[in-house]
Amino acid sequence: MSSTATIINGLAVLGLAISFFNGKEKTLRSLKVAGKSFFKILPMVLIIVVLVGLLLGFVPPSQIEKLFGAQSGLLGVVTIGAAGAILHIPSLIAFPLAGSLRESGASVAATAAFITTLTMIGTVYLPVEIKILGKKFALLRNGLSFLAALAISLLMGLIL
Amino acid sequence: MNSEANQKDKGKEGGKKDLIRDWIILLLSAIGAVVLLSFFPGKVEPTTSTALNYLTEMAWILPAVMILMGLFKVWVSKEMVIKYLGKASGLKGILIAALLGSTPTGPLYVAFPLAAAMIDKGARILNIVVFLSAWACIKIPQEMIEIQFLGLKFMAARLVLTVLLVSVMGLVIEKIIESTGSISPELE
Repeated sequence: MSSTATIINGLAVLGLAISFFNGKEKTLRSLKVAGKSFFKILPMVLIIVVLVGLLLGFVPPSQIEKLFGAQSGLLGVVTIGAAGAILHIPSLIAFPLAGSLRESGASVAATAAFITTLTMIGTVYLPVEIKILGKKFALLRNGLSFLAALAISLLMGLIL
Repeated sequence: MNSEANQKDKGKEGGKKDLIRDWIILLLSAIGAVVLLSFFPGKVEPTTSTALNYLTEMAWILPAVMILMGLFKVWVSKEMVIKYLGKASGLKGILIAALLGSTPTGPLYVAFPLAAAMIDKGARILNIVVFLSAWACIKIPQEMIEIQFLGLKFMAARLVLTVLLVSVMGLVIEKIIESTGSISPELE
């Protein structure tokens, strides 16, 4: 078990203990919610396991490095960022995918762009956002989010 | 994939339909993988070993992540979020907005009505933007998965930069909206 896994499991146990101390009924409800979400996300996780396996098994790292590696520059970052903005993958599952891209040679900036646009911009939710918060707010937020995501990614590329 | 947007309107039945759809996609991708691999026997080893590797990594963390999300969902109520964000201001407001956005779970569209309610109560647009962005991309359990697959340095750098840039973005959006009239939620 990696140290991250140890910490996460430790936190879960600690959280459960504190919750149990403060309310048995609520703790049981939390566990029920947890179980439900687990089975809801399980097929998606397995799909990603298959896809990541195929991706790393078939696409040579040199190819990924060419497309999204350091020398792909701004174009690689913008391309993968745009893909992230349009795609609708639960972010829980996107991290393993991003991790496999990174391992195969994608640059820090490209990996960060993918994750950040994926989570920050909800093209799928845009109609709902417009309806509830108004067109001006929704379009400004999503549009500027893309620019912010690019800035975050490029800065990450510089830092790491 | 568009179905997720109107999930709000469907009840349990819709959730079940999505689940069945996911299992069918899984089945199809598994069949696809087997067919593909039968043509390229040399790729069987790298593919299965990577897949198994990912599966074990996920198996170690996913249950714990789900438990943390379940705890947040039950203990952090919507009323609490609205109450604390409505009156927060300044740098503290930004931090509270980020924190409040990052603890509850659920898809982004759950956060829109909360944001609208907070705007009604007089919360700053800046804080609303930070809140929504945090809801969308800073979830504590997800940060842990990010550490697992991309490393602590990657996650920490992205987290700090996200809060910074999102705050700048919130200020810009606030200025634009204030200079061009009201935001008029639920009127358009």
